[in-house]
Amino acid sequence: MCLAVPATIVELDGDKAVADAMGNRWNIRTTLVPDAKVGDIVLVHAGFAITTIDRRQAVETWELFEQIEQFRRQEERANEN
Amino acid sequence: MRIDRVGRLCGDIEKSCADIGRLIQVMEVCGTHTVALFRLGIRSLLPKNLKLLSGPGCPVCVTEQAYIDTVIELACRDDCIIATYGDMLRVPGRETSLEKLARANIRIVLSADDAVKLAQQHPGKTIVFVAVGFETTTPATAVAIQQAAEFELENFAVLCGHKRVLPAMETLLSGRNDKIDAFLCPGHVSVIIGSDAYRPLAERFKRPCVVAGFEAEQILEGLAEICSQIEKNAPSVGSVYSLAVSPQGNKIAQSLIEKFFEPCDGPWRGLGNIPQGCLKLKSQYGRFDAARRFGLTMEDCPEPAGCLCGQVLCGLLDPAGCPLFGKKCAPDHPVGPCMVSTEGACAAWYKYGPER
Repeated sequence: MCLAVPATIVELDGDKAVADAMGNRWNIRTTLVPDAKVGDIVLVHAGFAITTIDRRQAVETWELFEQIEQFRRQEERANEN
Repeated sequence: MRIDRVGRLCGDIEKSCADIGRLIQVMEVCGTHTVALFRLGIRSLLPKNLKLLSGPGCPVCVTEQAYIDTVIELACRDDCIIATYGDMLRVPGRETSLEKLARANIRIVLSADDAVKLAQQHPGKTIVFVAVGFETTTPATAVAIQQAAEFELENFAVLCGHKRVLPAMETLLSGRNDKIDAFLCPGHVSVIIGSDAYRPLAERFKRPCVVAGFEAEQILEGLAEICSQIEKNAPSVGSVYSLAVSPQGNKIAQSLIEKFFEPCDGPWRGLGNIPQGCLKLKSQYGRFDAARRFGLTMEDCPEPAGCLCGQVLCGLLDPAGCPLFGKKCAPDHPVGPCMVSTEGACAAWYKYGPER
């Protein structure tokens, strides 16, 4: 519930948007950040954008998720062996 | 992550802690911080006299058992559909959990918005949204109610279990645990409430309150700021997450919360009554209140025998200090709330191990 993910707004119609994070796309709402535009990066929490953030920070978080995912896979492999 | 920067921050923290020369206890309020601190291995980088306490910042953990039992009661009705965030499924009530109940009318939603859609799709049923969480999820519930009102949906209701973080921090310092030297404040709650919201707390109790993000550098930066403030005896509000958190927070989200909800006294699981620590629907939106609609009252129920989650949530006990920890209580058979959620202090300790 508490995890917030940075994502790029790729489609926007009113306050209904499609967000993209590392190729994963889902429907979100921009009700809480009405100034958000297509191309902006927002922090998405429980289906709602809660703030816009800068690109550098988003990229760092995506890299971190990738690292966590790799770490998880390694752990899984270690558990299998 | 820049290794040199991490090294420098660790050096700063070490130097401050050596100068302070006594035990410093910093509470991370947010469950996501608890997990990040373990996952990133940060606990092992810190000096011995800097102790991290896991606070009551996991909404799943602090949702009282009576609330879960009420959701379960509603889930047993054929005229209701329960819309819940996935984290709530495994939380045990007195007799069972939503997961074990396994009824087809229990639906996982990723957003409060999805609950409104369910109400549109199932006009013959009442959709009960399991509205839990702190200031980060409350605005989403507010938007859902706003929409339900706009669409004149009579079959949408929320069981309000939303909580407010600040009153809980205040209660902790007002007697539950005055040994807390500083707070590492939750990043995403702060996006909504703003870093200035901690100012009265920092001033009244003279404790540093520093908002941090969830990456290694940001967390270390937050801890370095806290240590520096303690060293200089200059407690105040700080934010090392300024790219996402502004001093004022998200005003639109705040006004939505204020429009639909009002603060009230209420129970936090493990902590007991927290003055002004909960939210209830304002009376003019009472028609969306599931408790009112179905005439439900939530009765206090005692914590499971031997469970010390209350002390863990106050930072008075490390999870491993509980006699049930890892024996009678483990993630696949949790007894207390802190073992249920992956972001609970006990579950994090169980998974990653106490590094000291």
